[in-house]
This record gives sequence, structure tokens and C-alpha cells, in this order.
Amino acid sequence: MAKAKGKVTFIEDRCKGCELCTTVCPVNIVVMNRDEINIKGYHPATVIEMDKCIGCANCAMICPDVVIKVEREIKK
Amino acid sequence: MAKILMKGNEAIGAAAIKAGCNYFFGYPITPQNELPEYMSRELPKVNGCFLQAESEVAAINMVYGAAGAGARVMTSSSSPGMALKQEGISYIAGAELPCVIVNIVRGGPGLGGIQPAQSDYYQATRGGGNGDYRHVVYAPSTLQETVDLVMEAFDVADQYRMPVMIVGDGMTGQMMEPVEFKELKKRELPVKDWITDGTKGEREPNIINSLFIDPQELEDHVNDRLEAKYRIIEEKEVLYEEYNVEDADVVCIAYGTTSRIVKNAIAECEAEGLKVGLIRPITLWPFPHKVFDKITDKTKGLLTVEMSTGQMIDDVKIAIAGRKPVYFHGRTGGMIPNPNDIVNEIKKIAGGEK
Amino acid sequence: MAVVFDRTKGLTSKIFHYCPGCTHGVIHRLVAEVLEELDVLGKAVGVAPVGCSVFAYDYFNCDMHEAAHGRAPAVATGIKRVHPDSVVFTYQGDGDLASIGTAEIIHAAHRGEKITTIFVNNAIYGMTGGQMAPTTLIGQKATTAPYGRDAEHCGMPLKVSEMLSTIDGAKFVERVSVHNASNIRKTKKAIKKAFEIQLKGEGFGIVEILSTCPTNWGMTPLEGLKWLEENMLPYYPLGNFRTPGEVE
Repeated sequence: MAKAKGKVTFIEDRCKGCELCTTVCPVNIVVMNRDEINIKGYHPATVIEMDKCIGCANCAMICPDVVIKVEREIKK
Repeated sequence: MAKILMKGNEAIGAAAIKAGCNYFFGYPITPQNELPEYMSRELPKVNGCFLQAESEVAAINMVYGAAGAGARVMTSSSSPGMALKQEGISYIAGAELPCVIVNIVRGGPGLGGIQPAQSDYYQATRGGGNGDYRHVVYAPSTLQETVDLVMEAFDVADQYRMPVMIVGDGMTGQMMEPVEFKELKKRELPVKDWITDGTKGEREPNIINSLFIDPQELEDHVNDRLEAKYRIIEEKEVLYEEYNVEDADVVCIAYGTTSRIVKNAIAECEAEGLKVGLIRPITLWPFPHKVFDKITDKTKGLLTVEMSTGQMIDDVKIAIAGRKPVYFHGRTGGMIPNPNDIVNEIKKIAGGEK
Repeated sequence: MAVVFDRTKGLTSKIFHYCPGCTHGVIHRLVAEVLEELDVLGKAVGVAPVGCSVFAYDYFNCDMHEAAHGRAPAVATGIKRVHPDSVVFTYQGDGDLASIGTAEIIHAAHRGEKITTIFVNNAIYGMTGGQMAPTTLIGQKATTAPYGRDAEHCGMPLKVSEMLSTIDGAKFVERVSVHNASNIRKTKKAIKKAFEIQLKGEGFGIVEILSTCPTNWGMTPLEGLKWLEENMLPYYPLGNFRTPGEVE
């Protein structure tokens, strides 16, 4: 069965720490990076277990600040 | 070019179309109705667009849109309607958009009446909208002059990127006089590279805007863009008629149709040996201050005559700067000044009874 | 790996000034994506009146007008009449459209102006700090309804889409929401449909988009999404109210 493999990148300094993206990830890997503060003074969103990402782009869909870029490939 | 007998409101429409105005957004209000009616008949013939808006507020904002899109555009109204347009005019001045606005003035305040008046002078020249802004105000006295100034107004608007107002009164709009449509002297008009006709992927977006949330930016905008052009206009665009100002016992000041009544009164006084002068502002803004310097010691006093309780008189007092006493005669509410009353006022001033 | 989601060319690179979690940002992106996908950015002219989105001229990568409060549909009318082949849209909030601008929106629909209105309904005045709007819900608190909106005092909230759908010139009227990913996708479809109707010259189109205002609702962004779902959806049902080709 073909398996979708995704990768998300966050333009951290655009993030306002609103956390909307953390509520729509089907594999629950989008979290807030509590160890870091961005240029605006927010904890930016991030993904630690990138291998689980399926590239569905839900997180990018709900992000109000165009922080997230999503890449995807279908592995045979 | 043969003259045509036309009604003022319609002559204004014809002049606008001759000047290349293809867009008109209006709303019914007496005594200017024949102008939007004329435009609704004639604009389709030049594949222009006439639209009756839901209110004067909507109409002036349609003008804002059309002007920003690069069109020659006009609207008209009368006193209470002109009051509704003031916010839009302030936006248009702030965003530096060219357009022509016609006010066929009627008696006020409030619903007032529908007869001729000049009681919108303050509104026109001091700006009824918010903020530091000005716009050229033309006050024609004959229909030929009205037609000439309407055509000129479109060039002035484009040259300086600003709203230009034509102030008539009920008589201007309703009377008929022969007019002809002349070729204007050519003006150097800038290219409209700032309009919103779509980037077509070839340029940066154009933005029509009057918002500057940073106060220094707003001050710079007002000083460097708006005030700068107003100074040039005050230098170059003043228009007035003067008659016998340097050798007069009394100098009258009047504009628009009222000035024609004053001319009759002056003729009567001259028949009785009095020397009477006239200053007739054609631009209410910029007001013709300099001509007042020509008034000599011989003149005993100034008589301002208006169809209002006295508004232009403020500018007269500014212009004469206390050198001469300034008297006032006026009718308002739609009442028209009577030549005899004006003659009596002149005689009182000349005879030193005042 | 193929890029499946990136910033659309329809947006400039400027960071939005909107509050954290305010879904104006989502809606801006959707409109910009649709304009890019329909390949009309070069013909687009947007009108953003007073409200939180008054700065939209900094964000949309096309010609823009900033308009007086409530008057965007009139400004858009002027633009569209001068350039009938341009793609003209207004982007208005509820304080703008449903209050001071009701005459303009009704008459733009009434005339069948071939423009597209993006109507962001967040049941409050945002920019000015949380005053009650005509769309504020019963019992909802606002700075000018500190005890909660009382219908006895100032009426029931205004249902704009239902109202406009009675006007023949309004060929497309749909209410959508952006409170979760699937609804955001539906919102984009509706926006695209509204613009397509303009491109086909069929008449006026409006998309009412339920949106959050965490700051003035006094909630976190996530609570805002939940509040919208539990409170706004029941009163403002989602769905299409008018679409061309319907059997009248």
C-alpha cells in the first residue's frame, strides 16, 4: 500500500504561538516549542517526530500567519 | 462654434462629456436633478456609465473608486446632499484623486428650501470633511463661464490630483443661456501611472489610500504632498474679475449670480455720479487676496453682497486686513438680493452715513 | 519531496498585524490562493474598508483601495464600472458591512454588481476594541454591551446571508466558517465559486465567513474556535443560500 511521507518546515519568526495548528494534526505531532522564543517573544510551533508526518497540510491550512510549508511524497 | 441655448444643469453635463468625463454617479435632489437626468441620457451614447447611487454617500464613494481606477468622473448634488459627501471628499483629497464635484446650492440649514443660495461657502472653502485639506472651488456667474470652468476643472483635477468643486446656485442650474464649448488652453497633465487598472503582472500593486497610521508619515504626507500643491495652486490658479477697483468710493465684493445683480446696482450708482468698484472672485479657493491691495485711500468702505448671512465676508476681512471698513448686505433662505437695496447700501457707505 | 503547501503569490511577504489566532489571516490566505489559482492577480483590484482588515492593502499582492467605513461596495462599484474586465472584490468585517455599510451592500447586490464580497463575521468590532456589532450574539458580552446583548434592548443579531439571498442580483450567497481544517477547505471552495461567478459576469457574489476574535472575545485562540462552533454555528447556520442555475 503506498505510504505518504511528509515534511513540514516552520518560518519560526512569523509564528505568534496561537497553537491552532496543534489541534488539527491527524498524527498529533505538531507541538509548541517551549524551549525556544522567537523574535516576537512567542513559543513557535514545531514538529519533533517528523518521521510520522504524512504531509496532509492540515496544520498549514489552519495557520493564520503562513508559517508552515509542507512537502510530501508517496512511497511505493 | 454656434451657441446653443441650454439649461444650466444640462450645460454642465454637456461640458463634462466634452471634457472626456465618461462616469457620473449621482442622486436625486432639487435643484440639480436635470444634471443626473442629462447624464443618464447622454453617457450611454459615448459608452460612458451613469449610475444612480443609493445615497450621496454611496455616490461620492463610487467617484472615489472610479477616480482611483483612472477615469474622468463627476458627481453633483445640492447643499444637504453635499453635506453627506463631505467625508468622501476628505478621503478623495487625502488619497489625491482627481474628480469634479458640482454643488447647485439651495437655501439652508437643514432641509432648508430649494431656491438659490450661497450659504455653502464655508462648507466649500473651509472643507466640510475632516483634516487639513483644500480643493479648488470655482464660482461661475454665467452659464458660459460655468461651461468653461467645468471643462477646466477636469484638467485642474488631473494636473494637481485633487477634487475640484463647481459652486453654482439654483439660478445657475435652472436658467437657460446660450453657451458654446470652446477648446481649452493645453495644460501639462501628468501620466496616470498610479491607477488601479490591474498590475497585469508587470508592476508593483498600486494602492489608493488615505490611511497613514504612523503620525510622522501622515504629517509628511499632508505637508509634502497636499500642502505643497496647495501653495502652488494659491500661486498659479487664482481667478477673479475686477472692475474700477483703484478709483472707487465703494468697492463691492460678490460672486456667482449675485455679482450680476451687483453689476446692475453699480451701473445705477454710476448714473448718479458715484464711483463703485467690484471684485468678483471666480475661485473661492484660492481666494483672490492680492487684488485687494489695489484698493486706494479714496475708497470709504467695502460692501460684501451674498445670498447668505455672510460667509465670504470673512475672507474679505482677511484680504483687506483692517485697512477699510467692511459692510454686508445679504438675503438668504432662497431670497434674491434686490438691486435697489444694494444701491442704498452703497450710497450710505459713500455718503459716510455708515 | 514535492512542495504541497507554500505561501501563495497572492500574498505579499508582509507579516500580518492580526492578533495571535485571529482567523483573518486564514481568510486572507484563502482569498489570495484563489486569486492565484484563477490566474487573475494581474486583473484583481481589492477594496478594504475600515476595520481590522483596513491594512489589507499591505497583504494582498494586487491593486488595492482603502475605503471609508462601510463604503467598500460603492468604491468597488466605481472600479468595476470603469474596468469591467477587472476582478473586483471587497473584504469587509461585520461592523463595516452589517452596520454602517448595510445600504451599500444591499444596493450592490440589488444592482447585481459583478463584484465579490468577502464578509468576515466575528460577531464583534475588532479594531476599535470589542464593541457590540449587529452580529453580536444574544448574551454575548462586548465593551458596549457589558451585561451581554439583550434583544429587548437592541434587537436580535442580523443574519446577513439570509437577508441578501432575497435579492435577485445576489447570484451567489454562501455562509461558511474557518473554525477547523475541513471547514477551511469548504470556505476556499465557496470563495473560488464566488469569484468564478464574477468571471462569468453572472452578478453579485458574497461569502459570509464566520471567524474568531480571541482578543475581544476574551479567550485563547483555541477557546475561540470552540466558542464559534458552540455559539455561532447554531445561530448562523452554514450553507449555500443562493447559487446560479438554481430552479427559482
